[in-house]
Amino acid sequence: MQLVAVALACVAVLLGAAVLAVAVSARRVASTVVYGACLAASSIALAAALVHFAGTSPVTLTLPLGLPWLGAHFRLDALAALFLAVVNLGGASASLYALGYGKHEPLPGRVLPFFPAFLAGMNLVVLADDAFTFLLCWEFMSLASWALVMAHHRVEDNVRAAFIYLVMASFGTLALLLAFGVLAGPDGAYGFAAIREGVQTPLENTLVLALVLIGAGSKAGLVPLHVWLPLAHPAAPSHVSALMSGVMTKVAVYAFVRVAFDLLDGSDWWQSMVVLFIGGGTAALGVLYALMQHDLKRLLAYHTVENIGIIYIGLGLALAFQANGMMAATALALTAALFHVFNHSLFKSLLFFGAGAVLTATGQRDMEALGGLIRRMPYTSFAFLVGCAAISALPPLNGFASEWLTFQAILQSPDLPQWGLKFMVPAVGGLLALSAALAAACFVKAFGITFLGRPRSHAAETAREVDRFSLTAMFGLAGLCLLAGILPGFVIDALAPVTLSLVGERMPAQADVAWLSIVPIAEARSSYNGLLVFVFVAFSASFAAYIIHRFASHALRRAPAWDCGFPEPSVRTQYTAGSFAQPIRRVFGTLIFRAREHVDMPPPGDSRPARFHVDLRDLVWEVLYLPVAAIVNSTATRLNHFQFLTIRRYLGLVFLALVTLLLVLAIWL
Amino acid sequence: MALVAGFLAQAMQMALVLIAAPLLTGFVRKVKARLQRRRGPSVLQPYRDLYRLMRKEVVLAENASWLFRVTPYLIFAVTWVAASLVPTFASGLMFSWAADLIAIIALLGSARFFLALAGLDVGTSFGGIGSSREVMIASLAEPAMLLIVFPLALVAGSTQLSNVAEFMVSPDVGLRVSLGLALIALIMVAIAENGRIPIDNPSTHLELTMIHEAMVLEYSGRHLAMIELAASMKLLLYLSLLACLFLPWGLATQGMGVAAYAVGLTSYLGKLAAGGVLLAVFELVVAKMRVFRVPEFLGAALMLGLLGTLLLFLSRSL
Amino acid sequence: MDRLIFDIAHLLAASLVLISFVQLYQDRLYALLNTFALHAFMLSCSVAWQAFIQDAPHLYITAAIALVFKAIFIPVALHRIIQRLGIHREIETVVGIGVTMLAGIALVALSMVVMLQVTTEAEPLAREDLAFALAVILLGLLLMVSRRNAVSQVVGFMSLENGLVLAATGARGMPLVVEFSVAFSILIAFVVIGIFLFRIRERFDTVDVHVLDRHRGER
Repeated sequence: MQLVAVALACVAVLLGAAVLAVAVSARRVASTVVYGACLAASSIALAAALVHFAGTSPVTLTLPLGLPWLGAHFRLDALAALFLAVVNLGGASASLYALGYGKHEPLPGRVLPFFPAFLAGMNLVVLADDAFTFLLCWEFMSLASWALVMAHHRVEDNVRAAFIYLVMASFGTLALLLAFGVLAGPDGAYGFAAIREGVQTPLENTLVLALVLIGAGSKAGLVPLHVWLPLAHPAAPSHVSALMSGVMTKVAVYAFVRVAFDLLDGSDWWQSMVVLFIGGGTAALGVLYALMQHDLKRLLAYHTVENIGIIYIGLGLALAFQANGMMAATALALTAALFHVFNHSLFKSLLFFGAGAVLTATGQRDMEALGGLIRRMPYTSFAFLVGCAAISALPPLNGFASEWLTFQAILQSPDLPQWGLKFMVPAVGGLLALSAALAAACFVKAFGITFLGRPRSHAAETAREVDRFSLTAMFGLAGLCLLAGILPGFVIDALAPVTLSLVGERMPAQADVAWLSIVPIAEARSSYNGLLVFVFVAFSASFAAYIIHRFASHALRRAPAWDCGFPEPSVRTQYTAGSFAQPIRRVFGTLIFRAREHVDMPPPGDSRPARFHVDLRDLVWEVLYLPVAAIVNSTATRLNHFQFLTIRRYLGLVFLALVTLLLVLAIWL
Repeated sequence: MALVAGFLAQAMQMALVLIAAPLLTGFVRKVKARLQRRRGPSVLQPYRDLYRLMRKEVVLAENASWLFRVTPYLIFAVTWVAASLVPTFASGLMFSWAADLIAIIALLGSARFFLALAGLDVGTSFGGIGSSREVMIASLAEPAMLLIVFPLALVAGSTQLSNVAEFMVSPDVGLRVSLGLALIALIMVAIAENGRIPIDNPSTHLELTMIHEAMVLEYSGRHLAMIELAASMKLLLYLSLLACLFLPWGLATQGMGVAAYAVGLTSYLGKLAAGGVLLAVFELVVAKMRVFRVPEFLGAALMLGLLGTLLLFLSRSL
Repeated sequence: MDRLIFDIAHLLAASLVLISFVQLYQDRLYALLNTFALHAFMLSCSVAWQAFIQDAPHLYITAAIALVFKAIFIPVALHRIIQRLGIHREIETVVGIGVTMLAGIALVALSMVVMLQVTTEAEPLAREDLAFALAVILLGLLLMVSRRNAVSQVVGFMSLENGLVLAATGARGMPLVVEFSVAFSILIAFVVIGIFLFRIRERFDTVDVHVLDRHRGER
């Protein structure tokens, strides 16, 4: 009772801060006050969620708001506590970051009221315990984030991005509305408790799963419903982008997990095949899109799509194992997916904070105009490097721990009886490995072109380090990445109550394993010890440094770069983002993006420069969205005639409708 | 007492890996030279090269950052740790359960990540060539490697290298096609990852044919020594991996006496020598491929791994 | 011992599938012919091993036919034809090699799923042979479909027939008469194709089927 009340009180504080921000946003201290209040509220809610993990049973609360015969139900159980912790950790770090970043905001009146509202909306979605409250808060969350995307409305691209976001969000909510409608049944039992008790026919089961996959998936960013994400996430201010990518997509994953594992009774094996297929395709396509980008924030947004794909691969595996009664493997796959949810919120927020810092310092998002920032912004670059290493799944950081668990779950697949699953799971495993390797390539490009090399523009040459709040937020998240990677056993044990409540099974207790290793199924099969690997690497590096210091020469001299004896004074000769991605574009892009390179070479004697042009096409946009938009447009144009009828025609329409209804009545009776 | 003995065995493996790596490189060069009817440098020449590089002054580019200076230590440490986790003369060593095959692959991936970053650091176009080609090769070699791990793990029931090696020695293994496919794929990936012909030429001086050399073009002195040593250890790692997975006879187990360790050591050195000779012969027989043929080569390795997994499912369900 | 017999049969049949993949990977004509010779050699080894296990001496004759005709005679003859006609020695593919290999993997998976579900009563060795044989047939068809060069289509056709022989030996039911008649019909078909290649080459100066397409009547 109390913990839910505490969480709801924090939400109330956030809403109050939103209202306050409307009034005082013109003042200079408004930013500090509002973000400080958000930080405090999020921290308290985070503490409440963590305290709940130490406790046991779910707690509920009903408020007399909303529909009179329903009220608003709120519930804090293990799954809600996990996602509450994720949301508020992201919210707290974003507020801390914004204490410094928000001072550079040109139009605070458009951002300050909606930021606390956005946080409040996300918290409420996670806590909601009946369909009406859930959908209301889901829409509230979408609208608050839409307002934030529209914050810099003078930029034409942002307006378009916000429009597409609004359309896709409405579409997603429609799908969820239908899903909850089917779940509630003809009696209108909207409370989740009632839905849990109820039994669904297989057809209803399939329908609900498909609708939730579409509705929650469009918010999370599954291909082909991902198109709004790379447009909207970069358009918002950086701390909001971090929240949208790192946290709001997780709220969408929460919706899927809640419906698929908690409210439904379990699904058929072929439904899990669909989830696996979509997850695998999303992961591979997301990272390939990301590799072709040279806008830093858009690259990070496409990368979110890839990680959502990885999470859905884990969820699909869990559904497949659950459909076949292999509960230990289900717990493993589900734990891997939830661990990745936690990890992704950490490192994606960190990376967006870094991108925001770069934007503040240089005014540029385009990597082709950056470079050499490692010397101008050393702390930011170090934190960004930790984020890049974490997201590329390098041991001993946290990205590797959750990917390792996912691979171990995939290795359980031979025990599955169905042939389709038996073949699909290794294929998806191959796609997962491919996307992990491509992600590493993508982040070598992102870090290398932005921070390393020589500055490509005046803005990059004169960049300065950002303020202490931003740096604290970034280093805090980087430290958490390292901790979660070295001590994954603690995270797995913390996730155990969640899997217990959802599937009735948990992974073996990791705290009992010697030396803090993690053991997915049994000691004899495989184990991994992040701490030991970290200590080993640190020891080897120190040993090497010591030997070098003792026995090798210490002399060091600075000189111009060797460059095979042909030094290039112009900074334009170093690699750009497009040229770095060229080999991979040739290998994968020729098929998937119809990438074509055109060289316009002047004939000998003509002194104009040669031009190189790359043609990329977004096939998802062209095949799915443009035709739909064309149909809607043409239908709307035809229906437009109804705007310009004469009065006699309008009267005729009314008369026709009346006569038709009377006819129907006559036939029916 | 057993703890101390185990610790000593692990330390001995770490030292063995460190010391044998340059010897292996020198041996391969010597065999290649002999096959080309040259006398070739001495087998101990890499040690002399390392010693010479250690004593030289480092010439650092003016705009090289702290990352450039730290990367050689990091690459060396990570490769050394990965190489000491692969069973050489004995399996089941004290820390071998800390990281399984997937973790070893990921450790090598981190070394490559930082090397690619170092290539971009100085801001020349050579570093860019090396880094972009290296990540293209890695984007196919890593999935191929993981798809090789699948059939191995499914056959042996574990991804832990010691368990797999012990399973391969036992009579349960039989003559499986999937393992044969995994062997061919592993050889292809090993050639790609170590930058040997036909993927990359380790002794080239032409910029357009460089991949690894282009990334380390700006390194000199002690930094270059560590990177070269790390590259030799990576070659040793892959040969040890091939030896312990597909030729596991003679491998001792943790806890057996010194005699068993000696037998293991001799058989390991013999396997290394055989591998070195085969590598030298292969490099002389085949020509280097165009860069954009490499994805087809690695794609074939990936397909072989996938095919091996599928065939394994087939034979399991009969 | 029984296990070892099974494993060797499995190994030989699977290596046939593997060599079909190697055929898909080739893009030079002489290399394709050498691979096809290897394919036929593996077929004869596999059939000979089946003859040994099933104790059916007439299968040794089948193995000998495969060895003499398809591993030696036909590749040498095709080699001479290519040299005489001066055919362009690189094979153009319709889609990239990567996509072709992916399609090949999908076909192998499909044939495994189909065969294992259809033959639930047979013994394991026969089931596996049939699955591999169907895979070889499908891969031969894929080779014919995804190449523009007429000679590679002939090679695809031949390797398809190898798959049929593998299926027949696995099912233990191929009488010698049937084997002879099939082999002769293939030989006649081969001779006819060879004559046509000569005529096409004389007329159009190329055997690229894409070029030939342009000369069709009703375009």
